[in-house]
Amino acid sequence: MKNCEYQQIDPRALSVSPSSAQNHTEKKAQRPRRKWEVFPGKNRFFCDGRIILARQSGVLPLTLGLIVVTCGLFFAFDCPFLVEHLTVFIPVIGGVLFVFVVISLLRTSFTDPGILPRATPDEAADIEKQIDTSGSSTYRPPPRTKEILINQQVVKLKYCFTCKMFRPPRTSHCSLCDNCVERFDHHCPWVGNCVGKRNYRFFYSFIISLSFLTSFIFGCVITHITLLIDDMVMLSCLDSSLCTVVELVICFFSIWSILGLSGFHTYLVASNLTTNEDIKGSWSSKRGAEDSGNPYSYNSIMTNCCVTLCGPMPPSLIDRRGLLPPDEATPAASASDIELPLFAAKNDTHMVG
Amino acid sequence: FFVQTHSLQDLQQPAVSSKVFIQRDYSSGTICKFQTKFPSELESRLDKQQFEETIQTLNNLYAEAEKLGGKSYLEGCLACLTAYTIFLCMETHYEKVLKKIARYIKDQNEKIYAPRGLLLTDPIERGLRVVEITIFEDRSIGSGR
Repeated sequence: MKNCEYQQIDPRALSVSPSSAQNHTEKKAQRPRRKWEVFPGKNRFFCDGRIILARQSGVLPLTLGLIVVTCGLFFAFDCPFLVEHLTVFIPVIGGVLFVFVVISLLRTSFTDPGILPRATPDEAADIEKQIDTSGSSTYRPPPRTKEILINQQVVKLKYCFTCKMFRPPRTSHCSLCDNCVERFDHHCPWVGNCVGKRNYRFFYSFIISLSFLTSFIFGCVITHITLLIDDMVMLSCLDSSLCTVVELVICFFSIWSILGLSGFHTYLVASNLTTNEDIKGSWSSKRGAEDSGNPYSYNSIMTNCCVTLCGPMPPSLIDRRGLLPPDEATPAASASDIELPLFAAKNDTHMVG
Repeated sequence: FFVQTHSLQDLQQPAVSSKVFIQRDYSSGTICKFQTKFPSELESRLDKQQFEETIQTLNNLYAEAEKLGGKSYLEGCLACLTAYTIFLCMETHYEKVLKKIARYIKDQNEKIYAPRGLLLTDPIERGLRVVEITIFEDRSIGSGR
């Protein structure tokens, strides 16, 4: 304690008083750091914490590239021909779909999927204490579970050793990002991010709009080739028809997977399930003799869809752009604790997602 | 503002004696709700009634934030139609309620908890996992007793 008192006499620390929070941060010797700089998970941050990505975002450029190249070829080679022969709305519709797809994709990739911040040391100690009182005293106890009742159904909550807390229901720990994510669906390498509570609706609109875009381009390309064959000019415009064939191939292969994925996710949305739960068969009737059935479902397709896609947008819990609190060494705990909500509230207005 | 001169005694903020964590209550699903069970460590400092009232108000506020209804669906649909770019300029309903919650907690701290040597931490700073109540050592400095 003597050391702490000595530090309090330090003139920098004396400026800590409730109304001088701004001066306090400016007077610190080093630049105040933001929380994203010390974030423990495997994520990468850009634009001073506004944009978040998983560490391995390898395939995202490929996804973007494929979409941009295919659309580029479409606008360059198919549109002029189709505008002549059909209608001017074709590039308009194509353009709108393209914009929608790219925005949804970027929103999915750059949004915090619902990462749960790790437990503070005090919390972790409190939970450990509660568990130890009920049993084992081995150094590394077996995985702990807690059973709770949700809507009269027993659900097991697992303890996460990395984040040091009991995972809320429907939360799962992503090993690629090393974070617990709420309502964890899956980690999508094409998007370069986990898909969870906060970005599921962006992901869903991405695959739906991509299905429409791919089908639209596929349809246009088929029409183009059909009309070319009718006109018997295919051989004379080899370059442009080659590009058209390239588009045809790309669309043909992607359309099956994307339409399939859209259909699967539509089913998940309608029954309020996540990919994770569906794969593990958490709520399938084979599992237990007891009443199983999804306790989170509202038993109405309309309500499930509305809840998942149009429900209120939860805030990001990790507060990436918040400033780090002053060192814990100075026991100015109460002053900074009361200041911190104001800081967080101020920063919240700048935080988008 | 004016600069207060502090003596060393005053600078010694009351030391943290312990922390109590109010965990989440998942009995109604994944909505944000905290347990209203009164922890034994607070028995000497606080009325059970007041504690329950605080937690219940917090639960009601969070329920308001997550409420599914015409207004939230409208916000969701509008956002979808604008390709979610609307969130870049508009504050969501949830964020507005969070600000309300922050004000409420600050108010409760000033009126009820600080005079008793306690401090409520806004759950949003703990990832909406717990309501952390810090119990300070009972010293007579500035506690107004």
